[in-house]
Amino acid sequence: MYKIIEKEILSEHVVKLVIEGQAIAKSRKAGQFVIVKISEKGERIPLTIADADTQSGTITLIIQKVGTTTHKMFNLKKGDSIMDLVGPLGKATKIEKVGTVIAAGGGVGIAPLYPIAKALKEAGNKLIVILAARSKDLIILEKEMSAFADEIMIMTDDGSYGQKGLITTGIENIIKREKVNEVVAIGPAIMMKFVALLTQKYKIPTIVSLNTIMVDGTGMCGACRISVGGKTKFVCVDGPEFDAHQVDFDEMLKRLNAYKKEEEISYSNYQKEIG
Amino acid sequence: MPVNYEELKKDRAQEWRDQLRKSKGAKERSNIDRVKMPENPPLKRNRNFFEVNKGLSEKQAILEASRCIDCPTPTCISGCPVNINIPGFIKYIEKGDFLKSAEVLKQTNALPAICGRVCPQETQCEIKCIYNKMKKPPVAIGHLERFASDSERNSGNISIPKTAKKNNIKVAVIGSGPSGLTMAGEMVKLGYDVTVFEALHEYGGVLVYGIPEFRLPKEIVRTEIGVLEKMGVDFRKNIIVGKTITIEELKVEGYKGFYVSSGAGLPKFMNIPGENLIGIYSSNEYLTRVNLMKAFKFPEYDTPIVRGKHVAVLGGGNTAMDSVRTAKRLGAERAMIIYRRSEKEMPARIEEAHHAKEEGIEFMTLTNPIEYFGDSEGWVKSMRVQKMKLGELDDSGRRRPVPIAGSEYDIDVDIVVVGIGTAPNPIIPQSIPELEVTRWGTVVVDENTMQSSIPEIFAGGDIVRGGATVILAMGDGKIAAEHMHEYLSGK
Ligand SMILES: Cc1cc2nc3c(=O)[nH]c(=O)nc-3n(C[C@H](O)[C@H](O)[C@H](O)COP(=O)(O)OP(=O)(O)OC[C@H]3O[C@@H](n4cnc5c(N)ncnc54)[C@H](O)[C@@H]3O)c2cc1C
Ligand SMILES: Cc1cc2nc3c(=O)[nH]c(=O)nc-3n(C[C@H](O)[C@H](O)[C@H](O)COP(=O)(O)OP(=O)(O)OC[C@H]3O[C@@H](n4cnc5c(N)ncnc54)[C@H](O)[C@@H]3O)c2cc1C
Ligand code: SF4
Ligand code: SF4
Ligand code: FES
Repeated sequence: MYKIIEKEILSEHVVKLVIEGQAIAKSRKAGQFVIVKISEKGERIPLTIADADTQSGTITLIIQKVGTTTHKMFNLKKGDSIMDLVGPLGKATKIEKVGTVIAAGGGVGIAPLYPIAKALKEAGNKLIVILAARSKDLIILEKEMSAFADEIMIMTDDGSYGQKGLITTGIENIIKREKVNEVVAIGPAIMMKFVALLTQKYKIPTIVSLNTIMVDGTGMCGACRISVGGKTKFVCVDGPEFDAHQVDFDEMLKRLNAYKKEEEISYSNYQKEIG
Repeated sequence: MPVNYEELKKDRAQEWRDQLRKSKGAKERSNIDRVKMPENPPLKRNRNFFEVNKGLSEKQAILEASRCIDCPTPTCISGCPVNINIPGFIKYIEKGDFLKSAEVLKQTNALPAICGRVCPQETQCEIKCIYNKMKKPPVAIGHLERFASDSERNSGNISIPKTAKKNNIKVAVIGSGPSGLTMAGEMVKLGYDVTVFEALHEYGGVLVYGIPEFRLPKEIVRTEIGVLEKMGVDFRKNIIVGKTITIEELKVEGYKGFYVSSGAGLPKFMNIPGENLIGIYSSNEYLTRVNLMKAFKFPEYDTPIVRGKHVAVLGGGNTAMDSVRTAKRLGAERAMIIYRRSEKEMPARIEEAHHAKEEGIEFMTLTNPIEYFGDSEGWVKSMRVQKMKLGELDDSGRRRPVPIAGSEYDIDVDIVVVGIGTAPNPIIPQSIPELEVTRWGTVVVDENTMQSSIPEIFAGGDIVRGGATVILAMGDGKIAAEHMHEYLSGK
């Protein structure tokens, strides 16, 4: 059992949980994730390690509710426990000093972007952060990222906060303004697809972190497989980060819909259960 | 392992054994028909996940036990990788002392309730039974093994093996499959301080995530783990050695010996066009969702599985059989095995293939998939296959399948399960660069001791053999324990 030491609601849909996890806190690196299973009958889902504290032996997860498990996690209280937690999984981000980097996070992708952006800054890069979401209440971690970013830009689809427009518009504006050496983009698959198309046009190396469906997270099942440069890769062990220009996003988008029907059944059952 | 015939002779010479032997003539014994395992009816059981084999009744078990003629030199034992004293345990059944029978089993086999169910007895112990020479079906050793250990479990009087005084030497076992569990049991008996590390959230390896409930109820695995816990083995789940913690860090924590039993958990795909369409599973994913995550009880359990109408399972081993029978139980109208050789070459246990057929599984042999086709949403909807014929012998001694030109045709499918085999789990080898591995990724060990190229690291089971059987994995665990003990106590 892994106890929740701290809970902070970041927005109507996003929660931050600080959880006991001594060994993981010690061994994790930026870009890695954990798999959690909150209860006996629960599903195993992957979540990025947003932060860790080796002193107190805790890890921080930032979760956006999109379905049954994330909703259940949102409703957990301080002092509750999570049944299973395993990690750190996946390869760590290759953090290098390359010059100017745009770190672009869309919606739920902002959480996994946070530790990478922080590490990129610490490595001596000029860091421009762009946070984008459908509306104001989905923009998270703005304060935390402002603490180290050289520049921060907010974009919302509905214009309820920051500039109105898509993340690609924001990225393109910066590319036109100054020399950008690398883009790191994390968010919904569709967003990453369009960022990849954009930066390909400008020939800027781009890294994406993929959020495929997973079961074990250790390379055992192949649920997370996608095509990268025409070859099948397992996101949990070969990734989660890949060269954006090599990823077959259309295939990934389809694979993410594999359980749409079941997810709806599960979610409406849960809704009924909690009333 | 060499059989100790001296010990067996002494055992056999006991007064009660002698009397029992004389109570019935060999002729009379050999005229008894081999017992038939009571089974749930095929067309009912293929709709549920209850165990197929119901187990022998006391009467059946005693009668079957009386078929064994208690050979002076029992050839059956040499067929068992852990050299169970086969007539020894069988004669206790005939006598009616089932607890004693279980005790004999446990002298050499820590998991008899499991082996009695999943061992390929027909090619191991039973094939060596003297009855084969008399052109009669062998004694049902596996069924009797299951009977004795089930009786013990059901009696509520499970014997907990004795352990030596603690020597305070810490040993780490990596992976809780049958190999790791056996090794842990042996070491704790010798007095070691044993910790088993497991990556998943349940202990048992393939026994819990691979082999389905209808062949091996998970309750049995849990009971066996409970026994090891009572013996003092410390179990730690959700820890991936090499990721969560490294062997170097474990050394700092005082661990002196390591047993790598991390299995062959990496799925193989065929790398043919369309393989990443949705609806195409590896057998590992399919079985893990159903067994470990209980997706067959969705939505009571949160993990989903897609239930297909037309399911094709590729391969001819136990994994493929387990997958296809699972698909049928999940409601498939058509559940097919697609195998590129003929039925004779299938590596699955005969009993499993037979059960599958009874349950309405179609066998399409000498058939090989070459491409998949999907709909606009990315779901698989059909597969193209090619007929094969058998050619020359290959490295494995089986006839190589060769494609027949122009024989391609399409089959409608909505779920495909790729069950063509697995490869060694690379996490440990990757995290210890000095550890010697073969080009297939299996860990290199001295076969007689299971010691790897690094003296304090031993290895066994599927990570060494690349995919074998439960009992062979267990045998490795025993050998490794014996030699790790020598290594650690000699220092
Ligand atoms: C490496 C990685 C890191 C991630 N990090 C974070 C994070 O830090 N914060 C966060 O909020 N989310 C993160 N996610 C996404 C998160 O795992 C999913 O939102 C979650 O699994 C949805 O589960 P659910 O039961 O709430 O919703 P469901 O109703 O099951 O699904 C909603 C949608 O989530 C996706 N999904 C479903 N099951 C899985 C699964 N087992 N694994 C991945 N995606 C799935 C599907 O696209 C689905 O349409 C990450 C995913 C990956 C692969
Ligand atoms: C579907 C299926 C059906 C089968 N049916 C039969 C049968 O009927 N009869 C038979 O005799 N054999 C059968 N087999 C084969 C048999 O199950 C295996 O040979 C046997 O389980 C191997 O045992 P093992 O202990 O070496 O490994 P496994 O059982 O594979 O266990 C390895 C364990 O190690 C864990 N692990 C891996 N890496 C790490 C790490 N880094 N840190 C911590 N833990 C780790 C894994 O999670 C796993 O739990 C079947 C196999 C499958 C897949
Ligand atoms: S362990 Fe397996 S091989 Fe040995 S006697 Fe039992 S069933 Fe036969
Ligand atoms: S060979 Fe057959 S008959 Fe002889 S002891 Fe073994 S099981 Fe009994
Ligand atoms: S999640 Fe199972 S292989 Fe990646």
